[in-house]
Amino acid sequence: MKSGVFNLVLKRLAVAVVTLLIVLFAVFFATSMLPGDTASILLGQAATPEAVAGLREAMHLNDPAILRFLLWLFGLLHGDLGTSYANEMPVAKLIGGRFVNTMELAGITTLLSVPLALTLGITAAMLRGSIYDRTVTILSIGVISVPEFMVATLAVLLFAVYLKWLPALSSVNEAHSLTDLVRIYAMPVITLTFVISAQMIRMTRAAVMETLSTPYVEMALLKGASRSRMVLKHALPNALGPIVNAIALSLSYLVGGVIIVETIFNYPGIAKLMVDAVATRDLPLIQSCAMIFCLGYLLLITAADIVAIMSNPRLR
Amino acid sequence: MVARVAASQRSFLGRSYNLVGVVAALVILAWTLIAIFAPYIIPHSIGDIVDDDYFGPMRQGLWLGSDYLGRDMLSRVLMGARYTVGISLAAVSIACFSGVVLGMIAAVTGGWFDACLSRFLDAMNSIPSKLFGLVVVAAVGSSIPVLILTLAVIYIPGAYRFARALAVNINTMDFMTVARVRGESTIYLIGSEILPNIIRPVLADFGLRFVFIVLLLSGLSFLGLGLQPPLADWGALVRENIGGLPFAAPAVIVPSLAIASLTISVNLLIDNLPKKIRDRDA
Repeated sequence: MKSGVFNLVLKRLAVAVVTLLIVLFAVFFATSMLPGDTASILLGQAATPEAVAGLREAMHLNDPAILRFLLWLFGLLHGDLGTSYANEMPVAKLIGGRFVNTMELAGITTLLSVPLALTLGITAAMLRGSIYDRTVTILSIGVISVPEFMVATLAVLLFAVYLKWLPALSSVNEAHSLTDLVRIYAMPVITLTFVISAQMIRMTRAAVMETLSTPYVEMALLKGASRSRMVLKHALPNALGPIVNAIALSLSYLVGGVIIVETIFNYPGIAKLMVDAVATRDLPLIQSCAMIFCLGYLLLITAADIVAIMSNPRLR
Repeated sequence: MVARVAASQRSFLGRSYNLVGVVAALVILAWTLIAIFAPYIIPHSIGDIVDDDYFGPMRQGLWLGSDYLGRDMLSRVLMGARYTVGISLAAVSIACFSGVVLGMIAAVTGGWFDACLSRFLDAMNSIPSKLFGLVVVAAVGSSIPVLILTLAVIYIPGAYRFARALAVNINTMDFMTVARVRGESTIYLIGSEILPNIIRPVLADFGLRFVFIVLLLSGLSFLGLGLQPPLADWGALVRENIGGLPFAAPAVIVPSLAIASLTISVNLLIDNLPKKIRDRDA
């Protein structure tokens, strides 16, 4: 039976690789469709037709799209992300520091939201139907139903405008002390934590509730196990698979969340870099950023699927 | 999945209605009417500068204050409803129609058609929606038809997956075998045998997908990649008035509240539908 799981996991990984190729292809072609001729945009209005033609040649813009795609893919394999059109810098260099910033934001958010969401989700499921459960459920539905920027603006209103505890904008470079650092990260992290936790709470609550309604949990109750023992010893180990699955799936919402959060708080991460690159039509930069996002997203949802496969006792 | 408030169950014309569901339905109805009749009910033209001050507070005559140029916020929000509701409704209709039809065909025909389509749409599903919107809208520019199509394409895979899963279950029923033996066409099979059996959960899914699309559209507009000025949907209204945030101007808060009232109402309505309609395996 062990090999069955192994095969399924392998199959899922293969699907992920094929998906990645399709996604890369889609990203490449979507960005190739950007309006205007890149060469003439780069050289400006005064450029002679000869200069434009020369640059097109040098940038391989005359080659068929499929060839450029393969060249780009080949470059990726060598760690060459290309050169930014806008400021002639290697894309890898532009992305490097920004990538660390975004990962820091995502990391801190994960560290905060996972324990918070698990606690709230599991306790809400245990106290099903109570005022506490209803409050948690209604709040999480509320957060899911509104756009991320609304959560962000409300957080700014509350913490920066009314309470005046935190600054509204982030600038990582201005951090001189630990308190500065906390104040800078606070706003984006609070917003993202709200968005991610809401999803996670709902999924965790549903997963725990489902195990709580199984016959063996009822059995535990009937044989006289205490309520906490029933949940911790009997229900939770079986709900672990769905919960980890829920965590991975919820974390994939980070990808959409950071795009909004980095823009609204002016946080110097890759999402902000990408939104700016869209404005300046900087193709290699957009492609690389989009690729990083898709890769992260794909990793998380593949991880979620693999956990689901591994935790399915019928396959174990 | 809001805990249902038992006390608020009312009986009317022999069917039980839920108070929360009724209120939610009324809010949705109100926004629909506003979206249709907005040009006739706005107190000021949306382009007119009617206030000397920008980010003015709520007061008589300017019930929702003024925006960053001193324009009437109430009029702008009411007109914004047209774009937010209209574009989202058009997009969700295209997405659900294509997704459901493809899903039913895939379930009925099976084989390589089903396998290829499912693989392809699964891959599409692996692109984060906001990123997809960002890249496509940046690539072909942002106009209302482009927005509608982009949003529709993003949500076709989800609608397809949902409808296919339901249709596959129906497909194994005896009456399907009988219909096949009778030699019915695929069009008859999906239209007369499968669709009536999955229509209710599909409609609930339609509502959920509408919420996702409203949120994504607002998000794109907020990033400046959705509706372009002078047109403004609710997301764009938040974006253009974001400067009023430090003064807690109503101009920033009201459009957000409008979005929230619509999306929360749709969610609550679906959650409070009679179980028979809502259940996924009905």
